[in-house]
Amino acid sequence: MLKQCEGSHAVAATVALCRPEVICAYPISPQTHIVEGLSEMVRDGTLQHCEFINVESEFAAMSVAIGASAAGARSYTATASQGLLFMAEAVWNASGLGLPIVMTLANRSIGAPINIWNDHTDAMSMRDAGWLQLFAENNQEAADLHIQAFRLAEELSLPIMVCMDGFILTHAYEGVDIPTQEQVDAYLPPYEPRQVLDPREPVSIGAMVGPEAFTEVRYLAHAKQMQALDRIPQLAAEFRQQFGRDSGGLIRTYRLEDAQTVVVALGSVLGTIKDTIDDLREAGHKIGVLGITSFRPFPTAAIGDAVSHVERVVVVEKCFAVGVGGIVSRDVRTAMREHPHPIYAVVAGLGGRAITKASLRQLFLSAMADELEALTFLDLDHQAVNRELERERLTRRSGPIAENLLRDLGVVAARVG
Amino acid sequence: MTATVIKFYQTGTHTVGNRLLDPSQRSVQADMRRTNSLNSGHRACQGCGEALGARYAIDAAMQACDNQLIAANATGCLEVFSTPYPETSWQIPWIHSLFGNTAAVATGIAAALRVKGRSEVRVVAQGGDGGTTDIGFGCLSGMFERNDDVLYICYDNEAYMNTGVQRSSATPGAARTATTPAVGPAPGNVFGQGKSLPLIAMAHEIPYVATAIVSELRDLEAKVRRAMEIRGARYIHVFVPCPLGWGTRSDQTIAIARLAKETGIFPVIEAEHGELTAVSKIRKQRPVEDYLKPQRRFAHLFSPAVNTAAIAQIQALADRNIRRFGLVDAAAAAGAE
Repeated sequence: MLKQCEGSHAVAATVALCRPEVICAYPISPQTHIVEGLSEMVRDGTLQHCEFINVESEFAAMSVAIGASAAGARSYTATASQGLLFMAEAVWNASGLGLPIVMTLANRSIGAPINIWNDHTDAMSMRDAGWLQLFAENNQEAADLHIQAFRLAEELSLPIMVCMDGFILTHAYEGVDIPTQEQVDAYLPPYEPRQVLDPREPVSIGAMVGPEAFTEVRYLAHAKQMQALDRIPQLAAEFRQQFGRDSGGLIRTYRLEDAQTVVVALGSVLGTIKDTIDDLREAGHKIGVLGITSFRPFPTAAIGDAVSHVERVVVVEKCFAVGVGGIVSRDVRTAMREHPHPIYAVVAGLGGRAITKASLRQLFLSAMADELEALTFLDLDHQAVNRELERERLTRRSGPIAENLLRDLGVVAARVG
Repeated sequence: MTATVIKFYQTGTHTVGNRLLDPSQRSVQADMRRTNSLNSGHRACQGCGEALGARYAIDAAMQACDNQLIAANATGCLEVFSTPYPETSWQIPWIHSLFGNTAAVATGIAAALRVKGRSEVRVVAQGGDGGTTDIGFGCLSGMFERNDDVLYICYDNEAYMNTGVQRSSATPGAARTATTPAVGPAPGNVFGQGKSLPLIAMAHEIPYVATAIVSELRDLEAKVRRAMEIRGARYIHVFVPCPLGWGTRSDQTIAIARLAKETGIFPVIEAEHGELTAVSKIRKQRPVEDYLKPQRRFAHLFSPAVNTAAIAQIQALADRNIRRFGLVDAAAAAGAE
């Protein structure tokens, strides 16, 4: 049923249809509306056979999910940003133990400086943690991906993060088709764990493994993610059959057929990019888009095939590895080993900075003229950066960088005065 | 005649002979049907107080719930000596997740059991003092305040033994550890630091808090049994000497534990909903020197010169425990003088 609602509420309603048995939550923006919604559904009886636990930290949230999942319950939590970092040790533990927890990550930047707005730094900080990471382009997909995530996680016995852009999606009101319980039940069977804590059949879970088998255990986690490269498109096809719409899959292409330039991105910015590309297409430019839905496992072959005919790739990413550059672009490069075209890494939208069509248009025109640097920071205020560098050159006790920049910009003064 | 006077059958000890007791009162360990939940063959050191405490506690918990028990275990000696795959000493469903999250993992297990309608299956969480009083403190406090249906057992050997005897917030003043070396003007651990987890647990007003000691294993069993009668958050803090970390002879674990109690250094108490309900009295009070001397971690207090000031500080702490918890009967104290 099509419903005009906030992205978070669409996700909450859909997660509830997945019949989670244990939900643990710790508040952090911009994820809070999701677990608030679920808590209400548990309290008013809409969501039955479910325990909702208010924990004292994200570390505890993931740990409660670990215990619940190991005891055979379908377990769910949601977090963002600092919360994901605070639970980091348990994030790795959940995947290492092979527990199919599903977690929504309402993507948000990581401080310092503290910043509540959207980028993908949080997800990227855990990209090697052994979780599958699926990125939603819009609220419909954010909701749908959760249904697929529970199915896939439980098939593989691996945890999955469903990433949706904080505020841009979580707080946006859109029409979302919330499926019926019957539809979801037909797609998502009850959880049948591979390992379970049960006095009827005692097992020891989580004991030490030495060098004699550690590599093999880790390799099996990789092998399972490689299996997921086959299963994700199959599950998306099944989803389409059951629900009548496209959601999920490994990658999504747009106007790529004869493109000489392809723009690669993750998440909600794909909408703005598509609009920009429509305009450029109208002006006769051969440019298309490739959206990555499954960032882990990384669809190396699918991307390689999709971009084999292009001349250059522009990766617009809301994250970067300080001291190196792009993160997504480095993975994309591995997919293009057989087609060594130029790849431009563009860092954009950090800490919620708006990625505008005007900036993207200018960026893509430069890329098509091969005038871009290998690494570009979209809309970077070079003057502000240089002022601070100069200050640090002249003064040892130059003070907090972030405060200096804002003073220079006049924002602090404007608000105070 | 319904009452039977229990006699000590072995002169010089306080051990009660099971054979003098009604079968229903005999210890779990004396029962042929004991579950050996932590089975023999593990890698604990000789004389390990933790292995002894865990064996008694878990078998008692098993008996109390008709063997329907799941355990969550913190990283630490108990986890390491009991399991490296493919071997495991655990005859019960058992999970080790991390060092600092055991109480939360247990909360998750309890939640899963509740939602699945398996209320007959009970959950125990266990860890050492580091995993309980330091790194796992946040999760433990959260489990307490939510009153989750978990029995948490801390085996307190007063330092991080698994990593090579480093100081924890349960390490006593003056004790030598690898990070509080016995050098300088105030050798060993600093006085005035550390915390009492049993008192902190009581402050959460959870249904049940108890301390126990491996020299009184029947008392430990009884406390586990009592804890298992209750639903909600429960905490048992077991004092477990560590021959390796304390520098004691491995055949002295029980004797050292007994001295900890008889000096007043470790009060053995019971509390419900934040109120003290019982204390185990000191039978024959001893000066703290008797407890300190056999332990190499306190050797610097006696050699090359006797550090009377530090010993007096430790005695004052023991005396405070005795006053605070009423560990010595006034009549007994008068008789002793």
